[in-house]
Amino acid sequence: MSKTLIELRNLTKRYNDMTAVDGINLTIRENEFVTLLGPSGCGKTTTLRMIGGFEDPDEGEILFEGKLLNNVPAYKRNVNTVFQRYALFTHMNVYENVAFGLRVKKVPNSEIDRRVKKMLKMVDLEGFEKRNVDSLSGGQQQRVAIARALVNEPKVLLLDEPLGALDLKLRKEMQIELLDMQRSLGITFIYVTHDQEEALTMSDTVVVMNKGVIQQVGTPEDIYNEPINRFVAGFIGESNIIEGVMLEDYKVSFDGMVFDCVDKGFAPNEPVDIVIRPEDIRIVVDPEEGMIKGRVTSVVFKGVHYEMIIESDTREYLVQRTKMFPEGSIVGMNVQPADIQVMKRGSTPCSEEEEEE
Amino acid sequence: MQRRGRGRIAYPYTVWMVIFIVVPLFLILFYSFTEGDIHNLKDLRFSLNGYKKVLEPIYLKVIGNSFVLAGISTFICLIIGYPVAMMIANTDAKYRNLLLTLFIVPIWMNFLLRTYAWMSLLSPNGLVNRVLLWLGLPKLEIMPGKGAVLLGMVYNFLPFMILPIYTVLSKIDKHVIEAAHDLGGNNVITFMRIILPLSVPGIVSGITMVFLPAVSTFVISGLLGGGKAPLIGDLIEQQFLSSRDWHFGSSLSIILMVMILISMAVMSRIDKSEAEEERRKI
Repeated sequence: MSKTLIELRNLTKRYNDMTAVDGINLTIRENEFVTLLGPSGCGKTTTLRMIGGFEDPDEGEILFEGKLLNNVPAYKRNVNTVFQRYALFTHMNVYENVAFGLRVKKVPNSEIDRRVKKMLKMVDLEGFEKRNVDSLSGGQQQRVAIARALVNEPKVLLLDEPLGALDLKLRKEMQIELLDMQRSLGITFIYVTHDQEEALTMSDTVVVMNKGVIQQVGTPEDIYNEPINRFVAGFIGESNIIEGVMLEDYKVSFDGMVFDCVDKGFAPNEPVDIVIRPEDIRIVVDPEEGMIKGRVTSVVFKGVHYEMIIESDTREYLVQRTKMFPEGSIVGMNVQPADIQVMKRGSTPCSEEEEEE
Repeated sequence: MQRRGRGRIAYPYTVWMVIFIVVPLFLILFYSFTEGDIHNLKDLRFSLNGYKKVLEPIYLKVIGNSFVLAGISTFICLIIGYPVAMMIANTDAKYRNLLLTLFIVPIWMNFLLRTYAWMSLLSPNGLVNRVLLWLGLPKLEIMPGKGAVLLGMVYNFLPFMILPIYTVLSKIDKHVIEAAHDLGGNNVITFMRIILPLSVPGIVSGITMVFLPAVSTFVISGLLGGGKAPLIGDLIEQQFLSSRDWHFGSSLSIILMVMILISMAVMSRIDKSEAEEERRKI
């Protein structure tokens, strides 16, 4: 793997009585696309702002290429930020917005011109140089903000929910463009979002946070397939979260049945949470052939698949299948051992506090 | 239909405006171009004597004085007011209103009362001089005189400079300032290239709001200047109240009005061109 670029050690930030970031540890490598993912108020933006130099940590260290960054002011850090609402300079045109960082660094005019033009070309804004930033659409303003940050060739680009204000179609396009830029420029991206789909699409590494604490760090596949606790499972994708009991290694009991699974290392009869993704539940027409018997109570067409709610004796299951089973029919359900994800109890519930302003 | 209905709500104000603003304005204009007994319509005849009198050196000097004093006090207000406005805008939101109120409170007090207070403070045997004497320092002899007038103007009009600048500064998105830091701008660069240009509209309206009352004020110079340095406002007051030369007074008023209109036009030009220039740069 490439070498470590940023290291967060026991990073903590408090506002009055509230702890926004609670002693997090994280290593970010060169060229990595890292996403901080979590609900509002989970501390992701605060973490990003501490790396950018806009908030001082109360405890802990930020290391940049092994050197302590805590007391370095924002304007001396080799990182640039794309702000949530772009924060463009409204009294300057597009060209001057992008050129600002280079002008401050007293780069010769000819080079400024070359780099700004190249950057505007990259974000597809050629010919917009003289335009007033207020006259641009949201998507165009976003591109100016990205160009303004990237023209300085930072080692790290911090992005604070950069696509939050764009409509769905534009957001999908920009996701791909951002990913292309990150790959071609070889810059580390630290990306903050509350959109789990965005995080799964773009990241090399996803850091799931809640209440100022890192819940899980992993590849998108890890996070999706093997959530470590109830919070991560519930936040990433749709899932059936079921309370059960781990009888012994590879044997778990829920819904009055004993299932084979692939998890081990729990105490005998330890209460656990079980995650089954809705697409992993198979339906058989003959109820007797299923491990769980249930009645279809709702069917919704979602385009790619049908989303059905199937009621067993004790609970409801969310199931996604391409084949539709009519409402009211009695069916059987089966789950493969590998699709049963067993997690330790003791999850943190989701907080609804607002983090911005 | 609805529009016309709404327009009707403005009628009382329109009537008010015509009676108390438009008509008097034309009366002043009428007096400024006539001479004779103002109480006898038959005696009034067209004349430019009022305006001719304005051109006499002694009166030109008064007009010049007024503009210079107003200009200096506006400048001082800007120099003092901008940092104050900035300080208030940067204060924690909890204390901001309190601080703002402290700077505004003087306006709630009667203007005359405040000026009298300065009179007693600055008079040769006033509080300031007694303190100086007690400290063994030389006496401050600015009253009556231009110094005291200037002080009175700055004191009275400072809030009108602070308010508009504060309003503009507090509206600047803090992320924009962070962005400037993020792009390598230290505090000086961020102020000169981002904050200052963005606050130009506030500066322009602050200057307008201070300069206009300052150039036409008459009480301050009368009380603190001791008649030594009469301003155009004093002169106009004199013509209407003691000299009873309404024609000359009206001419002065019209001249003052025209000059104010010109300076306002210049200011709004600066405001616009400043914004244009920033946009056009490169």
